[in-house]
Amino acid sequence: MDHTLQQRIFYGALALLVLVGLGAGLAAGGGAGLAFALFAAMTIGGSLMCIWERSVVRSAFCLMATFTGVAGLFILLESDFIAMAQILIYVGGILVLILFGVMLTPPDLTERQLPRVFAGLILVGAGVAWVAVKVAATARWAVPDEMQPTAESNAREIGVGFLRADGYVVPFELAAVVLTVALVGAVYIARRKRADLEPQGGES
Amino acid sequence: MVLHQSLPESEKLKSGTNWLNEFLGTLWRPDFVPDWAVPLTAVMVGVGIVLAIASLATMFSTWLERKVSGHIQCRYGPMRVGWHGFLVPLADGVKLLLKEDMIPKGADRVLFVLAPALVMSSILGAMVAFPLSHEFFFADLDLGVFMILALSSTTTIGVVMAGWSSNSKWSLYGSMREAAQVVAYEIPLGISLLVPLMVAGSFNLIEISEAQAGWFGMHWFIFRNPFMIPAFIIFFIAVLAEMKRAPFDLPETESELVAGFMTEYSGIRWSFFFFEEYTAMFLFSCVTAFFFFGGFEGPPTHFAAQVFGEGHLVHQLTAFLTIAVKGFAGVFLMMWVRWTLPRVRIDQVMTMGYKYLTPLALACVLGAGVFEVLWHWGVDA
Repeated sequence: MDHTLQQRIFYGALALLVLVGLGAGLAAGGGAGLAFALFAAMTIGGSLMCIWERSVVRSAFCLMATFTGVAGLFILLESDFIAMAQILIYVGGILVLILFGVMLTPPDLTERQLPRVFAGLILVGAGVAWVAVKVAATARWAVPDEMQPTAESNAREIGVGFLRADGYVVPFELAAVVLTVALVGAVYIARRKRADLEPQGGES
Repeated sequence: MVLHQSLPESEKLKSGTNWLNEFLGTLWRPDFVPDWAVPLTAVMVGVGIVLAIASLATMFSTWLERKVSGHIQCRYGPMRVGWHGFLVPLADGVKLLLKEDMIPKGADRVLFVLAPALVMSSILGAMVAFPLSHEFFFADLDLGVFMILALSSTTTIGVVMAGWSSNSKWSLYGSMREAAQVVAYEIPLGISLLVPLMVAGSFNLIEISEAQAGWFGMHWFIFRNPFMIPAFIIFFIAVLAEMKRAPFDLPETESELVAGFMTEYSGIRWSFFFFEEYTAMFLFSCVTAFFFFGGFEGPPTHFAAQVFGEGHLVHQLTAFLTIAVKGFAGVFLMMWVRWTLPRVRIDQVMTMGYKYLTPLALACVLGAGVFEVLWHWGVDA
């Protein structure tokens, strides 16, 4: 099938789905439902576009919609701090790194074929979807009382939670140590040995 | 559903522009206008004010840039349109609007159009977190600084998008440099900001400013502790690099890459990138002022509070003028640096970010922590 036609069908179907989703959200929960539907559509639509687009860089840009949508969902859950951290780390940091990695690929990849493992991917996807539906159907979704979202900002709350005597300082610091070790290890592996450098003409 | 509980009806919307909301609430309105329209309108008006302030700051800054560069190079700069060329930004705006808007044939049209909008919207989003005075602000404040940092970091994506979608080698190199540079300088930027944050103990810009109110409004963080000065210098350098201002303007290096990531842009889309740059200059100068130079506080604000009382309109106005003056002082400093120093090479940029600024910023945090414990122990901040 023609590439442009494929694009049109895909984006048309996506826009239709998003509209239906927004309508359903508005009907189910008013303004809050609409906002939820919007952010959910950004998240899911962004990931679908990310898979669909043939150019790697475009896929990476589609991820921005996904990350921003997730941040929006966090805001709806009144977790402003995590929402902002999501934007700062994923959009401002990780996505820039991904783009840095893939940006030198050619912009026009119309000849890129669907991967041979497509059937396998569909199987895996169906399996994951089955598990997800199963979990969604059987899990208890009640929110415990003490976890009710509060109207106040939660930066202070998170900080206090960290610093309490039975808080999370030690696990947090341990995670930081693990990350530092990983970083040093990566630098060590990536670093060229001094001996490798010398035959190429020394210091330049 | 949980969703209903999680959004407190209009509480959230009311928190920012309180008096705007109250004022609109007292106005007569027809019966068919529902109650929630009032806070919504207040927020819209607030966002409109933010946009106006950003535009005015940008217009003034472009004029200032021309004059400053002119006088640094021993010439006058613009002199003819208005008093000392004061109306040049208006003429510029008209010119840019009327210019032909070109999209290159090989460009990725969607991303090419989206990129300037993304850049512009993220900096305006960051601008919403900027409080104008103690009691006039627009956004939920408790995470003010964090929100500014987060949203302004997304402008990078727009710049990279612009460079890549132009399908031109100059643009691509420009955006590669932007990505590398931002990744390198995000770290010292955040870490050096930890030093004043640690002292203030809050992300809230207004609380941070109030913490510096003592001694006739001169209890500024920069004087508080010897590690503040290096932290300020690191922060300033990192901000220059993040905003791709000279001497770190490697993404656009006119002498090497034509115009870098915006080589293929023209007309009003091109001007969006400059809008972002000048708004970010003003915004980050104000953030610097909040963190190191007292924010709203200073002798004028102090005396206004003494004479008219806290929260009086004159006090609010003085606070606004104080932060505006400090912001433009920062903008002037950035221009001074731009027109004085030569551009650094990309390897020097990387070396400075990773090898010098990051360890120095960490050392500053450590030193400031030790100093605060030893010197200010038990003294209220």
